[in-house]
Amino acid sequence: MTAQPQTMMFIGVGNPFRSDDGAGREVVRRLQGEVPPCVKVLEETGDGAELLESWKGSEHVILVDMVLSGAPPGTLHRIDARMEKLPVWFSHSSTHAFGVAEAVELAREMDDLPPYLVVYGIEGLDFSPGTHLSPEVAAAVPGAANLILQEIMQISSA
Amino acid sequence: MNAKSFKVDLLARVEGEGGFTVKIKDQSVKQVALNIFEPPRFFEAFLRGRKYNEAPDITARICGICPVAYQMSACQAAEDAFGVHPEGFIRELRRLIYFGEWIESHALHIYLLHAPDFLGYEDVIQMAKDYPEAVQRGLRLKKIGNAVMTLVGGREIHPINVRVGGFYKAPSRKQLLTLEEDLKWAREAAQETVRWVATFRFPDFQRDYEFVALCHPSEYPLIEGRLVSNKGLDIPVNEYEQHFVEEHLQHSHALHSAIQQRGAYLVGPLARYNLNFEKLSPLAQESARNAGMGQECRNPFQGILIRAIEIVQACEEALQIIQNYQMPEHPSIEVVPRVGTGHGCTEAPRGILYHKYRFDERGLILSAKIVPPTSQNLKSIEEDLAEFVSTRLHLPNDRLEWQCEQAIRNYDPCISCATHFLKVRVERQ
Repeated sequence: MTAQPQTMMFIGVGNPFRSDDGAGREVVRRLQGEVPPCVKVLEETGDGAELLESWKGSEHVILVDMVLSGAPPGTLHRIDARMEKLPVWFSHSSTHAFGVAEAVELAREMDDLPPYLVVYGIEGLDFSPGTHLSPEVAAAVPGAANLILQEIMQISSA
Repeated sequence: MNAKSFKVDLLARVEGEGGFTVKIKDQSVKQVALNIFEPPRFFEAFLRGRKYNEAPDITARICGICPVAYQMSACQAAEDAFGVHPEGFIRELRRLIYFGEWIESHALHIYLLHAPDFLGYEDVIQMAKDYPEAVQRGLRLKKIGNAVMTLVGGREIHPINVRVGGFYKAPSRKQLLTLEEDLKWAREAAQETVRWVATFRFPDFQRDYEFVALCHPSEYPLIEGRLVSNKGLDIPVNEYEQHFVEEHLQHSHALHSAIQQRGAYLVGPLARYNLNFEKLSPLAQESARNAGMGQECRNPFQGILIRAIEIVQACEEALQIIQNYQMPEHPSIEVVPRVGTGHGCTEAPRGILYHKYRFDERGLILSAKIVPPTSQNLKSIEEDLAEFVSTRLHLPNDRLEWQCEQAIRNYDPCISCATHFLKVRVERQ
């Protein structure tokens, strides 16, 4: 059975004007046109409240953001948010300190998590103003995009 | 022990970085200081030499929560200097995008940041377990405010469609009407918000503030009016600097504002409400009365209730604008720069936001001055804390700290906005 239109969402989060913070959105841009038409693709700034409203009603949600956990730059993390709490290094969004991690935990408390929610994090290095990814992160983007695409294809053809 | 002090190093649930210190000795409060350590941002300095039409977009970057306020005050100041005044549906679109910002900002503050204080939760995540419906309502309200900003402004954070003279592109009537159903829902949800917030327990605390807000002959204050207070101030915006001064204090990266000869004053929802109750719509007035509110309110903890009443007002006015809207023939009026000084003042969600620019004959900015609402309220916040703490000295420190944080959050302080004021002095030895 193919997933119903609009019930699968692929979201890239970040600020593309802050170098590596744009990594998540770069992955999304790379996969535009590659993902099946039933997948709704979104780019978001990372405002947690906005995210909660965006993924409302979606059965499968895959989100990709930049993280800073201390791992080598370019490392790809994958968290099944239904199974485990998002580590604190996902809560770097600034505005009123309400970012991706807070959105996920808030939805969990309200028993309103999407039935399938996987959050990918690409380890960043440089967050200075600018639109270029640092070499380690840029090199990791194609691999991350491939892995995520595989997961999307698996779900949508299941 | 007679002396004690406590310190909160990093305030949670506010925009930006600040802390505060209270020093108590011999059962009296010796010192209260809001420490604003968010780094200075120098916006006024880098506006110099930029063109007049860059000011709305540059100053919008001061704040991710209230960018429209910066755009509106900047446009108004430039238009004042160049002798133009957009009217009709251009003015209505400005009011619409601004109400979107009020809805978004107030909903965020009420539901996600301040309600947990009143209901005894560490944060909204803890609160959501017991109040999922309320949190969902708050999130949807915020989203609708964002949708209004996105439709009129091109995007919700730092809109790109606002210009001196009006807009780059005006939406069609059909486009605006897509917001109608959501706004009708929001108007109901706003009334429900008032009812919900009215059930909170508010600490018994009142002060004799000098309230300062815009006053317009027929509108609840938003984008235009004279500056009025309950203690005799009644001036046009261009006399702002004759009555208000800014001081630099050592403990803060933000300047503190004061009214000359009188000192602290208060801007924001409480001030707007006290000075303009009769201009609220009948529905907003009815919501207020049903919540047990009179025409006056001097309890800063009830600011959350007034924010909820202002969401009712914003939704109602936004709906009216949409229903009456006709797409203007031109999205903006012609602006021809000339030598001059312009003043702008509009009501950001947190209170009056003042801009002043001096331009040369090409419209290049020679000097800029920006006074955001939070720096105007800092003195009042410190005075509130001193008085509040002095009546609660018997409380254990953790309880007192909690209540002080709650008292600061009454103002929904935007520290990021307040810290682009710092006079830098380099001393060489």
